[in-house]
Amino acid sequence: MSKQTFDLAAQGLRELNSTLHALNGQTNQTAWDIINPKGSHAIAAGLDAPIDVTVHGSTGYYCAGMNKHATVRIKGSAGPGVAQNIMSGAVIVDGDASQYAGATGRGGMLVIKGNASSRCGISMKGINIIVHGNIGHMSAFMAQSGNLVVLGDAGDALGDSLYEARLFVRGSVKSLGADCIEKEMRPEHLELLAELLRQGEADGKARPEEFKRYGSARKLYNFNIDNADAY
Amino acid sequence: MCGIVGLFIKDPALEPKLGELLTDMLITMTDRGPDSAGIAIYSRAGDGLGKITVQSANPKRDFADLDKDLHNAIGQPVVMKIKSSHAVIELPLDQLDAARTAICALRPEVRVMSAGDSLEIYKEVGLPKEVADRFDLSKMKGTHGIGHTRMATESAVTTLGAHPFSTGSDQCLVHNGSLSNHNSLRRKLAREDILTETQNDTEVGAAYLTWKMREGDTLGEALESTVDDIDGFFTFVVGTKDGFGVIRDPIACKPAVMAETDQYVAFGSEYRALVNLPGIETARVWEPEPATVYFWNH
Repeated sequence: MSKQTFDLAAQGLRELNSTLHALNGQTNQTAWDIINPKGSHAIAAGLDAPIDVTVHGSTGYYCAGMNKHATVRIKGSAGPGVAQNIMSGAVIVDGDASQYAGATGRGGMLVIKGNASSRCGISMKGINIIVHGNIGHMSAFMAQSGNLVVLGDAGDALGDSLYEARLFVRGSVKSLGADCIEKEMRPEHLELLAELLRQGEADGKARPEEFKRYGSARKLYNFNIDNADAY
Repeated sequence: MCGIVGLFIKDPALEPKLGELLTDMLITMTDRGPDSAGIAIYSRAGDGLGKITVQSANPKRDFADLDKDLHNAIGQPVVMKIKSSHAVIELPLDQLDAARTAICALRPEVRVMSAGDSLEIYKEVGLPKEVADRFDLSKMKGTHGIGHTRMATESAVTTLGAHPFSTGSDQCLVHNGSLSNHNSLRRKLAREDILTETQNDTEVGAAYLTWKMREGDTLGEALESTVDDIDGFFTFVVGTKDGFGVIRDPIACKPAVMAETDQYVAFGSEYRALVNLPGIETARVWEPEPATVYFWNH
């Protein structure tokens, strides 16, 4: 096993992604450092191998999108759509994340150590997202399953048209979206939250008891003629 | 899509490099807007002097002896510098209105891009690099500037459809997004005697600001009211004599990143646009909040 360094400015994005895609399955080249990302788009998107990738700097659109098995660390901030449609593995952002972080993610974990912008976890379908800071408006819109944990505050319309994702917010929520309500925090939720905080490198920063849980009121699941005005 | 860049210099030592830095940012945004590009740059004219930037589709014909004809018309000294399809005319500040009227009479095909005591606007159809080369933008000095790369959605790819749009003396606007109520707003503004020249949605946004300020709003107030009166997607960046401002619509799906150091405040549609700025590694980098007006002034 050896550590590989890839200079994105010198070698280019296509070369990077095709090199990493070629590692599909078993590989001895498990650790990669990407230097000079300079906000480029689609860095380390579509990985499908149990490798460790560290991006030294900030990334543009769709970093680590569609990730499977790999762990991608961003030593900077991430542009729009980081870890979009992630299937498994983990993506850890040391800085902030732009809009729709973790959108439609089906599994795996996204950790954002700074703040996330609007639409964080929009349409999430199984991913766990742990944000150490705040999240912006319309986060977890139509979120279907998985967990969104926010150590800071949430913006407007949290969880609008929510399905079965669980939302845990420690700070204030500016407003709840349609059909999203606060729910009772039961022992199993505290246990789940403790585990998520541990996985999200946040266990020293917050205690499960400090969070509130939000979920779906399940009133918009089926068409009800009494709700016609809401459409 | 469209790309926006902006740079507000705090440290005068960086002023000679404004054009170079801004041009690099603009070219980086080429794939967000390869149709046309434009730049507004602020550098003070001499004491008591102002400047008018004009554009012509036929510069050879229209700019020939324009300075002499204008001098004869207003009886004041006039200095004209031609840059490709644009020309910057320097003249006494108190003569700007008279000169503007005279230019329209002398050369009906010429368009006034900007007027004021420090603003120059250059915009053309073509790749941002070609546009920057054509006007030698990288050599320009100044205190602040904004630039735009256009991917047209709402109107034709023409010079006049490119950004920035001037909204008044020393004021201009660039836009990423698309406005939905620009036709009804254009009609409403026409009834207020605020006329637009193109079918472009952004020009209506610029005209709206002109109208609000004519009615007594400050630029900040006018920008705040865009959130109520303008329907659609927008990240607007406006340039003023002293600085620049930013506002995003409440949905804020059009991207925006800002960076600040002791030397400058910078705006980019993407972080990519900012990566070659000096000291960016240690700059404070953040996204402007939706429906919030930001301003930086000298």
